[in-house]
Amino acid sequence: MSGFLEFEGISKSFGDLKALDNVSLSIRQGEIFSLLGPSGCGKTTLLRICAGFEMPDAGRVLLNGKDITDLPPNRRAVNTIFQNYALFPNMTLRENIAFGLQIAKVPKKEIADRVETMLQLVQLEHHAHKRPHQISGGQKQRVAIARALVNRPQVLLLDEPLAALDLKLRQRMLVELDGIHDEVGTTFVYVTHDQSEAMGLSDRIAVFNHGVVEQVGSSTEIYEAPRTSFTAAFIGDTNFFNGRVCERIDSEYCQIEIEGLEPRLRFFNDKNLREQVRVDLSVRPEKFSISRTQPAPDPLSNTLRGTVEDVIYLGSHTKWWVRVNEEYLISVTSQHSRFLLDSKPIRWNEAVWISWHADDGYMLERYDENDEALLVLSDAGLPDDIPPDEEAE
Amino acid sequence: MPGQRMKGWMISLPSMAWLTVFFLLPTLMIFIIAFKPANPLGGLGEGWTLRTWLELGNPNYPSIIWRTLRLSFYCTAACILLGIPFSYYIARAPERRQRALLLLVIIPFWTNFLIRVFAWKAVLHPEGALKHMLVAVGIASPDTMLLYNEWAVLLVMVYTYLPFAIMPLYAAIEKFDFALLDAALDLGAGRATAMRRVFLPGIRRGIQTAVLMVLIPALGSYVIPDILGGPSSEMLGNKIAQRAFADRNLPHSAALSALLCLCVMLPMLMGTLLRRKRTGGAA
Ligand SMILES: Nc1ncnc2c1ncn2[C@@H]1O[C@H](COP(=O)(O)OP(=O)(O)OP(=O)(O)O)[C@@H](O)[C@H]1O
Ligand SMILES: [Mg+2]
Repeated sequence: MSGFLEFEGISKSFGDLKALDNVSLSIRQGEIFSLLGPSGCGKTTLLRICAGFEMPDAGRVLLNGKDITDLPPNRRAVNTIFQNYALFPNMTLRENIAFGLQIAKVPKKEIADRVETMLQLVQLEHHAHKRPHQISGGQKQRVAIARALVNRPQVLLLDEPLAALDLKLRQRMLVELDGIHDEVGTTFVYVTHDQSEAMGLSDRIAVFNHGVVEQVGSSTEIYEAPRTSFTAAFIGDTNFFNGRVCERIDSEYCQIEIEGLEPRLRFFNDKNLREQVRVDLSVRPEKFSISRTQPAPDPLSNTLRGTVEDVIYLGSHTKWWVRVNEEYLISVTSQHSRFLLDSKPIRWNEAVWISWHADDGYMLERYDENDEALLVLSDAGLPDDIPPDEEAE
Repeated sequence: MPGQRMKGWMISLPSMAWLTVFFLLPTLMIFIIAFKPANPLGGLGEGWTLRTWLELGNPNYPSIIWRTLRLSFYCTAACILLGIPFSYYIARAPERRQRALLLLVIIPFWTNFLIRVFAWKAVLHPEGALKHMLVAVGIASPDTMLLYNEWAVLLVMVYTYLPFAIMPLYAAIEKFDFALLDAALDLGAGRATAMRRVFLPGIRRGIQTAVLMVLIPALGSYVIPDILGGPSSEMLGNKIAQRAFADRNLPHSAALSALLCLCVMLPMLMGTLLRRKRTGGAA
């Protein structure tokens, strides 16, 4: 079954720069679908292709089964929320919202009704006579949403709609957006480089990197089962290990030998790897537990000994950097409960044990030099451009 | 972006200063002189009089004033209509080309205005290259006169004042947020509608400045009709000069100038007041 909005093999270059490289996505009717990726990875370009502002060099865009690749922007049942809202400064909020309907020559009476309904939906009835420069950022945001939704588009495109707002407002608008989506049921395509925004709002997320889709999946899939080291590092925080399968224990688990680490580590072998195969592993900081005493031995758990090199208290949780065997600096987070009552918190320079369950580490796919073989197998190193302390809160 | 705003501001600053010092103050003086009696030596007499104003009843004047207003209005309209697409093109060109094009707009000012007007005389001359070319392609007949008529005056007025329109228009267009046009298209508007409902209102300030920058000097045109126009394309500027230089009657010149001022400023003032009333005083 094909999706409601489909991108088929979209490529787009600007000069030498490949902004999008053979991107195919299938977006379902009524879902909130996020395009997530670092700055410059081509998210806006894909959105502009969908809105009709850019022509792809190759590929097709299908909406509801119809090829809309060559339609000009004003003939697509698609509306956009622009990054800086692009409200018309010479019109009042009401006139801004009515603009699309006037263009479509909707009868005056109906325009008035629909605009009024929209104003209520975004709670701006009392500001309708103002001009864009007289209202706050969050209100502008809502006008932009109303101005787009009043046309009843089949798809609403949102390009980092919250980027210009402060953190508190961003969180509130996120909840409001979700509410509006529940109410209107329009398909949302949501561009952001903020992973928490994407995870909080989306039904599904496509992770982009350099014009290529790295992975499509729900928030949980992308967080818990990242396909590539890029996704693992971009979504949240993680620790990478690079090792070799040295022994398959049973059909489920294997032992992995990691250079510079003393005990062999046990991992869930969901990729069903053979022995001697090289593999990248990711373990999220919150999967570790940290203690001063050695935990009771458990065949399904891995334990390492290290020294705390840095501690950051972050209120809701604390973050430790633990040095293991010189070479590895592992980030570990732990939430607090009865924090002040418990024994002294672990501090800088203390010797600690960190441990995690074999199911909590995750194997990543690897590519050969030609970006071809999808699974594991070659010796391409870790991505150097992602420092282990990459923050992503 | 402060840099952008600064650029727009600096481009219009000289014209604003120019207007105040060389337009506002002299205008005031002219109104005063118009109420002074003339003195036979070409100076101003003692006391105050209204006689000069009565002399403006001269039957030649209405047609000259009408022509002056008409030509200036056409010139302004042409400068705006040509200036907008031209400025649009400059503002959307890559930065390097922008600078080159702006330079091209300014370059004519490096040549003396009189020389440029005389150059036009050579271009439009009955034995000139342009005439021969037009006759050769059959657009003009051998006895068409390109010179010494209103069209020649209007053509060279547009040529002269176009840069005064381009500068403020460019400043406004360069500041315009083109995402607004995308937004208009996105909401279903065609190109033309987007231009009319979003772009033109967006650069309104620039258009207003451009109108002033062209209309005011155009109304005072004197050299262009003097050199390129005939007796039937005389403008008020010529009459004012004639009264001042030939008749040595300064108050009469001043009264003519004042009349011209009133002709232009009263409608503008009324327009502004009307708009104020309609929008309830909001800017
Ligand atoms: N009109 C253009 N001309 C040339 N290059 C462009 C153009 N538009 C985009 N690019 C380039 O294409 C790449 C992708 O741009 P795009 O705007 O899609 O990124 P993005 O993922 O939206 O980034 P951001 O998160 O910063 O908005 C960038 O390297 C950008 O420089
Ligand atoms: Mg972008």
